[in-house]
Amino acid sequence: MVSQGSMRLVAFDEMQPDSTGVRQSYAAYDRWWQQQDPARLSEKMRDAERVFRKTGITFAVYGEEEAAERLIPFDIVPRILSGTEWRRLTQGIEQRVQALNAFLDDIYHRQEILRAGRVPKRLIAENEAFLPEMIGVRPPAGVYTHIIGVDIVRTAENEFFVLEDNARTPSGVSYMLENRETMMQLFPELFQKIRVRPVENYPQLLRQSLAAVRPENLRGTPTIAVLTPGSYNSAYFEHAFLADQMGVELVEGHDLRVVDGHVAMRTTEGYKQIDVLYRRVDDAFLDPLTFRPDSALGVPGIMDVYRAGNITIANAPGTGIADDKAIYSYMPDIVEFYTGRKAILQNIQTWRCSEPDSLKYVQENLKDLVVKEVHGSGGYGMLVGPTATKKEREDFSKKLAAKPSNYIAQPTLSLSTCPIMTEAGLSPRHVDLRPFVLVSDRIQIVPGGLTRVALKQGSLVVNSSQGGGTKDTWVLDD
Amino acid sequence: MLLGRVANGLYWMNRYIERAENMARLVDAGLRMALTRTQSAEEEWKSVVLSAGVDFAFAAKYGEYTSETVSDFLIRDTTNPSSALSSMETARFNARMVRTALTRETWEAINEAWMSLKRVLANPIDERDLPSVLDTIKRETALIRGCFYGTMLRNEIFDFAQIGTYVERADNTARILDVKYYVLLPSVSWVGSTLDNSQWESILRSVSAHRSYRWVYDAAYKPTNIADYLILNGRMPRSLTFCYRFLAEHLRFREEDYGQRLPCHALVENTLTKLKVSSVKQIFDEGLHEFLTDFIRDNNRLGDEVAASYRFH
Repeated sequence: MVSQGSMRLVAFDEMQPDSTGVRQSYAAYDRWWQQQDPARLSEKMRDAERVFRKTGITFAVYGEEEAAERLIPFDIVPRILSGTEWRRLTQGIEQRVQALNAFLDDIYHRQEILRAGRVPKRLIAENEAFLPEMIGVRPPAGVYTHIIGVDIVRTAENEFFVLEDNARTPSGVSYMLENRETMMQLFPELFQKIRVRPVENYPQLLRQSLAAVRPENLRGTPTIAVLTPGSYNSAYFEHAFLADQMGVELVEGHDLRVVDGHVAMRTTEGYKQIDVLYRRVDDAFLDPLTFRPDSALGVPGIMDVYRAGNITIANAPGTGIADDKAIYSYMPDIVEFYTGRKAILQNIQTWRCSEPDSLKYVQENLKDLVVKEVHGSGGYGMLVGPTATKKEREDFSKKLAAKPSNYIAQPTLSLSTCPIMTEAGLSPRHVDLRPFVLVSDRIQIVPGGLTRVALKQGSLVVNSSQGGGTKDTWVLDD
Repeated sequence: MLLGRVANGLYWMNRYIERAENMARLVDAGLRMALTRTQSAEEEWKSVVLSAGVDFAFAAKYGEYTSETVSDFLIRDTTNPSSALSSMETARFNARMVRTALTRETWEAINEAWMSLKRVLANPIDERDLPSVLDTIKRETALIRGCFYGTMLRNEIFDFAQIGTYVERADNTARILDVKYYVLLPSVSWVGSTLDNSQWESILRSVSAHRSYRWVYDAAYKPTNIADYLILNGRMPRSLTFCYRFLAEHLRFREEDYGQRLPCHALVENTLTKLKVSSVKQIFDEGLHEFLTDFIRDNNRLGDEVAASYRFH
């Protein structure tokens, strides 16, 4: 475990950790880089921005009116992982994903882990992400969370930690694919020199994976659709992109209705049955008859169709209970409980502010900690102690005291760095990694993922909504 | 398989691309008339606003019909939902919604057209720049059309988008004629003055047909020929007959493909037959204005009928 005060340690740089030279995985890239003309590289950077702007790869930032569509900055220096590093990571991820699905199945059926006292009952019972409607429902093929984006950070050569398990509707995979596409357009010669494992078959794998978990009583080829909240949604580009790449329909709630016990979409020739729905709409909006009655984004009655086994919803409703920040701190136990082995990937030490001792510790050490809202995401509503002002810490301390169970705290890890291209040449910035996992009758992980990078020097916040950028992520075929 | 909502998006995407282009043409024709000073510029700009079908909204905002007020309102005013800039935004919004139905080239052409118009129209248009602004709009819409024709599969997606194009274009040509129908009537046109000549040229110019007219007819403008050209000539790409030939064809493809005959099919065939059997003389005898009013009404009905038949909503 990393001690407090890790901010004072020098971050591990994945390209050049010390003065002895470049790490093996970056050696070929470094040789290429040394031969490049800096002016040409600057030109390439501008090219990249033009490509993204032209194709409309944008995201929306909530709370900003005018800038409805923004680009996520892209850095042209790839983040490179060796085959060995990747194999280790994937073993850990597979184990974790198995545990997540087993946990969900257990929580919505026998609840053995609660009976065994390994996870407190109230954490489930009082959790909004837990859906009583899912109790006793077994999704097709027994899979709850089909598409997962596990956020991983690194602090040293062999130290990888899971920051978050995104088991609901993880986004970002379109950036993984577009980043690679852009890199291949900008630097075709690099891909001839260096053997990088391909990621571009992700859409096919996703489609096959969704088809494999079709309703059990369905004969023939399933009809698959992606459900989006609509073109105002911040991730709309990705929804359209995935539907397009998979060759399936992109539907909105008002395209759908329940017809003869199935979910069907309104086409120019009448209603057509849908068998597998990859939904990018939150649980609460999925079915106004079951959840939020004011939702116009979902399909009235879809939960009845689901319970009758006539549609697959991916990810299943209620998977949020597995990636909730309050559950996170129990993940090592959860992994061990269901797989019978110690977790390969470590968790970050986490103080649950609901526990008085922890709260006291957190209040006293606010300047060294990162405090997060239990149900927050996207970097909103969190405090990064070391970089916050005294006033910000004091204000946060009051919020914390008012509702301690709403918060968890973690040490500020010294995230590893990767170089980015700046005016003055290469310069290290902190990064994290989100590999994408597909679960059907098997578990598949595309070799790569989304590397998010904090573009501000010294900053540890990589979220795109907070000024982060992305990089292409290479897994070497070595 | 095509979602009704996507068919609706494709239809409006192309209607608005067509509209953006038509706005540029109308302003272009108005500008030309104003420059030749053969009659009151105010009158000419007024008929441009009428042809654009935005006279009420314009009158609510401005008291005067000048080159500045009209071109600003028709080209860059985002409070006018039919201005070229608003049209391009709506077209792009629809394109974004139906993006999975479009080729990458088509989407990028629309996205870039929108970005370019936003840039060019960020500030009020300087009078000296107006011609180049209008050129930009025409060039961007031509690029979209080129990508669309060059890369899209000829399937239902293509059909519904094209139905939007031709419904909008037919409406536009009919409106231009109807606003100026009186200058085409024999009693007035008999005079054949310079004034009439420039009015006639203005009509042709609004549909970019002032040169091709001379290839097809005579060097001299004759009202009956102009009406024949814009209403009945099947080779003139903005004529009512041309639009209806294609509307009928795209709808017939849907009928054959889906194996279903719907009310919109009879409607489009009736209008096409009427255009085929009519002569200019008959149209003038029965009343040009009445003919055009009926046409505009039936054309709107066709749009509604297509939406209902193919479950747009």
